[in-house]
Amino acid sequence: MAVTVRLPGALRDTTGGQTKIEASGRTLGDVIGDIDRRHPGFRGRVLDDAGRIRTYVNVYIGEDDARARGGAEAAVPEGSEVMVIPAMAGGA
Amino acid sequence: MTLNAGFVRERVRGTILERIGDTPLVRLQRIGAGLRGEVWAKIESANPGGSVKDRAGLWMVIAAEAEGRIRQDSVLLDATSGNTGVALALVCAVRGHNVRLVMPDRVSLERKRIATAFGARLTLSDPLEGTDGAIREAQRLAKSDSRFVYVDQYSNPANPLAHELTTGPEIWSQTGGAVTHFVAGVGTSGTVVGVSRALRPKGVRIVAVQPDDALHGIEGWKHMPSAIRPAIWDERVADVHMTMDTDDATVMTRRLAKEEGIFTGPSGGAAIAAALRIAKEQTGRIVVLIADGGERYLSTPLWE
Repeated sequence: MAVTVRLPGALRDTTGGQTKIEASGRTLGDVIGDIDRRHPGFRGRVLDDAGRIRTYVNVYIGEDDARARGGAEAAVPEGSEVMVIPAMAGGA
Repeated sequence: MTLNAGFVRERVRGTILERIGDTPLVRLQRIGAGLRGEVWAKIESANPGGSVKDRAGLWMVIAAEAEGRIRQDSVLLDATSGNTGVALALVCAVRGHNVRLVMPDRVSLERKRIATAFGARLTLSDPLEGTDGAIREAQRLAKSDSRFVYVDQYSNPANPLAHELTTGPEIWSQTGGAVTHFVAGVGTSGTVVGVSRALRPKGVRIVAVQPDDALHGIEGWKHMPSAIRPAIWDERVADVHMTMDTDDATVMTRRLAKEEGIFTGPSGGAAIAAALRIAKEQTGRIVVLIADGGERYLSTPLWE
């Protein structure tokens, strides 16, 4: 299952500067694992030790919030776009 | 012109804006028990707009008015992760100004809805670009239409001035001059820079805290090495620089609610966690700025 993953600038240091990556996997966890194999440390930036999406990260599969579709277990359809974004923003 | 506290107070007399500032200062009795230093929390959620940003929002708008920058068709514009947006919208509602806010799309709902309730118009920027993307979009808009009055909280001297002339003196007065440390996070840096100007000359040690990672969950704080540097920021205003992990901040945010009855956002937990590190090692009265309340995060996983 080939998908496109779009990443925030805050993750560039993990992905060698890339903010758009092609990856494969049937579930979100598989897709993240595929990227982690090429960019070690990526998984830990997005998922916590229990494999849940970190509280300060939002992941969308198409227009759907991945948390509402099972988190890391969410199915990722062929050709879909996955977007990883910071849930919080900086500004005190 | 240079603002002063009396001038600002007089401009908003008789309105809800008069209630900005003079926020409570409370000691942490349980989380802070057994430590060498006392930890005190300055509760900025007690401001009318619910956050510390009311102070800067008020002073930046009054400054623009006093400088003659606001005409009848003007629209005040700024990039904001939310709390400044709420503050500007609140102040502009009372003062009768139009306001446009640029914030990253898909951030938590609460601020967008509150700012809209106060009459603000929103422009949502690319969520992948975060706050820096919102800043770039606000800069683009400011150049595109002369009606925009770009508030620019990251460069506006009225931002730190509000803290130099209100937050700092309040802390000094509330502690009877016994404050030894001031701890706050760095976002625009207005709080740290302004309070430092007020209290450092009196011997208070200033502690500035940042997130430890570019991807973090401490709303309102900036990871300076990877972010657009605010023009008002100057590292030299702080005696100590610390970093904080989001997971540690989250744990402390939840403890503050359960053990102290202080319902705050992740930046409040982060600032207290930093202060506890100091209080374990040093004696004194450590004042920590709690920037906002937990209600702003009810739609996020923080409270699930």
